[in-house]
Amino acid sequence: MGLMQTLALYWQYPFVRSALAVGVLIALCASLLGVPLVLRRFSFIGDGLSHAAFGAMAVASVLNLAGEMPFVLGVTVVCAVLLLRAGQNASLRGDAATAMLSVGAMAVGYLLMNLFGTSANLSGDVCATLFGATSILTLSAGEVWLSAALALGITAVFALFYHRIFAVTFDEDFARAAGVGAKACNLLLAVSAAVVIVLAMNLVGSLLVTGLVVFPALAAMRVCGSFGGVTLCAALFAVGCAAAGILIAVVAGTPVGSTIVAVEIAVWGLFWLAGKRRRA
Amino acid sequence: MEERIRARGLTPGYEGRAVSGPVDFVLRRGDWLAVLGENGAGKTTLLRTVLGLLPPVAGCLETPGLVPGQLGWLPQQTAVQRDMPASVWEVALSGRQGRRGWRPFYGREDRAAAARALEQVGMAGFARRRFRELSGGQRQRVLLARALCAGDQLLLLDEPVTGLDSQAAAGMYRLLAELNGQGTAIFMISHDLAGARQYASHVLYLGAQTSFFGTRAEYENWKGENAWA
Repeated sequence: MGLMQTLALYWQYPFVRSALAVGVLIALCASLLGVPLVLRRFSFIGDGLSHAAFGAMAVASVLNLAGEMPFVLGVTVVCAVLLLRAGQNASLRGDAATAMLSVGAMAVGYLLMNLFGTSANLSGDVCATLFGATSILTLSAGEVWLSAALALGITAVFALFYHRIFAVTFDEDFARAAGVGAKACNLLLAVSAAVVIVLAMNLVGSLLVTGLVVFPALAAMRVCGSFGGVTLCAALFAVGCAAAGILIAVVAGTPVGSTIVAVEIAVWGLFWLAGKRRRA
Repeated sequence: MEERIRARGLTPGYEGRAVSGPVDFVLRRGDWLAVLGENGAGKTTLLRTVLGLLPPVAGCLETPGLVPGQLGWLPQQTAVQRDMPASVWEVALSGRQGRRGWRPFYGREDRAAAARALEQVGMAGFARRRFRELSGGQRQRVLLARALCAGDQLLLLDEPVTGLDSQAAAGMYRLLAELNGQGTAIFMISHDLAGARQYASHVLYLGAQTSFFGTRAEYENWKGENAWA
């Protein structure tokens, strides 16, 4: 069977089509938020939050919560707000607080799953949560709609606050003095990051989430010089890599998350070379 | 003349602890006030207090020249700005953000103001260039354009010529003198005594034991009498 026939065969399954649509949307909003997060040295927040989300996911599965996504979402948003506060508090450095939260959440999460887990395949479950495995292909119809709606919502919020985000990222003090609402803007970024991370966990798993946030922004920054250019380029990068990664994973039978991130690394390498040539 | 800033017994500081003694000064339309003093004398703290970023420890501050959202502030450049992807146009336009309120996008008058400001500082031809690839003097001009976009009644400058070569510094002073001549009041923190002596109309000196406010001539007299200052 040729490649095209294989693709055509899989294309008939609705779950493949919805996985592709949801995956691309999630990658899109992760890349949009990635630009300000990377520029403001907030990428560590993404990493910390993904671990917190793993802990929440473990608790949800132990408690056998029916809809685990809203629970995980709530916990992660609260963690985002706490992390942002800790980062601004000079007495306890933000990175130390993040390390505490992320390691603590991972340890307690795994412990709970071990002690109270009812699953027959514990290591399989843990591996799926950490690396995404094929969970994007097994989302229920309700989760597909919720993910798509949240991803579109984040994209819309980003578009509406785009100029404000630029002003606060470029010069927070100037923005604050001018009454731009820098604190509200930071809060919005942190909460959006939490939502994106929970969404992206379904796609690539909690250990790989940061990849979706940082690679598009870093690649775009190699070749573009304006904030608008970087944002657009990162979005295209993410959409292309996510679509390619999901299709490759479906056809080749590889894990979705690591395939997408591997594609992103490869394409980032091309951008890096292009940036080097431009500078030379 | 219209007052832009009036401070009486103003004591700037952090979390209730005064950084410098109380100061009194008035800044009117067309004035150019140079704030001088040693490192650590509290010049930056005073500026942040005037900007409303810090509450004053004591005293009274009236800023009729500071319309909310219209803050002509030229801060020192930050580390983020040196690797942030941003075009000259995006930086200048962001000065209008404070006026937008909750409206999400810039309108025609915002773009016209940004174009006018870049024209004023002689950077109109650089609109599409990358901010981080400009020279120090050019970056400073773009940040001045952003300040003008926000408001041109009152400019607050934090070390406007520090790090610039003498030619760029002279160009910056000429530009500021031109704006000042059109009535813009200037509040300038500076280490550059020569520039302050040449251009400022008034001086506020912050010292460890004492402070002084007066015209430039009065300051020269005072400084002669207080050689230790």
